[in-house]
Amino acid sequence: MIFLYSFLFCGFVCLIGQLILDNTKLTPGHVTSIFVVTGAFLDSFGLYDKFIKWFGAGTLVPITSFGHSLIHGALDKANETGLLGLLGGMFSLTSTGIVAAIVFGFILTLIFKPKD
Amino acid sequence: MLFFKLIKKFGINYQTFFILILVIKMDKESYKQMTSKIVPQENKLKNGIIAFVVGGLVGLLGQIIVFVLENNFNVPHKDATSIMIVILIFIASLCTALGFFDNLVSKAKAGLIVPITGFAHAMTSSMIDYKKEGLVTGIGANAFKLTGSVILYGVVSAYVFGIIRYLFFGG
Repeated sequence: MIFLYSFLFCGFVCLIGQLILDNTKLTPGHVTSIFVVTGAFLDSFGLYDKFIKWFGAGTLVPITSFGHSLIHGALDKANETGLLGLLGGMFSLTSTGIVAAIVFGFILTLIFKPKD
Repeated sequence: MLFFKLIKKFGINYQTFFILILVIKMDKESYKQMTSKIVPQENKLKNGIIAFVVGGLVGLLGQIIVFVLENNFNVPHKDATSIMIVILIFIASLCTALGFFDNLVSKAKAGLIVPITGFAHAMTSSMIDYKKEGLVTGIGANAFKLTGSVILYGVVSAYVFGIIRYLFFGG
């Protein structure tokens, strides 16, 4: 059943993104930025954690989970070490994704030629 | 008369002068009216359904990867989600480098932009596009050209919301 919920949640987020793209003049860059801020906003009330419980790993795939894990790591560290932890723990959960994107992107760029 | 002397001085003949006046006269409104007949109307319903199905399938793929890793390889849940994200990013980067991810995006639209695959695609494509300009000034300087806004606004908003929650709601 969690497979269906993952499908529905991720599809719904993408549907909202497509509606924004079709009905306004915003570019994909705007849409992804909006979704990251939305994810951070939803997690500041602990709402996104409930989504993860209800809908499974489908909630970790959209870019909203990027904002969620940014604020989640920051708050976890802040609870341990005080206000400085907000700065120190910001990337503690998202570094996997960012570093993977940078490293894979760079290696593949060196290997493959640009397609004209 | 001074006006005509100026025109002669800059070497503009009368034909181009009238074309210039026509261009200036054609304001934005009439331009919109003219192009609205030519630009094809996109089917919003169809786009929405495609984005929903493709995005949903990406989410389903993520859930399946996590499920298989947890049950068949005995990976803890937290590591399984990280591995799932790495796998999706690798697939998207590879497809971008091979050159057929752009076609997929133009068909699936937001279904592939909004998931984490869009993040990897934006980063790899901006690196590959500027490969000709060298390692540092090309790849290095332009790596975050498209994804920079996502990281910037993510960090700033997370910091602001984090401070609000830490100070007023006690973490």
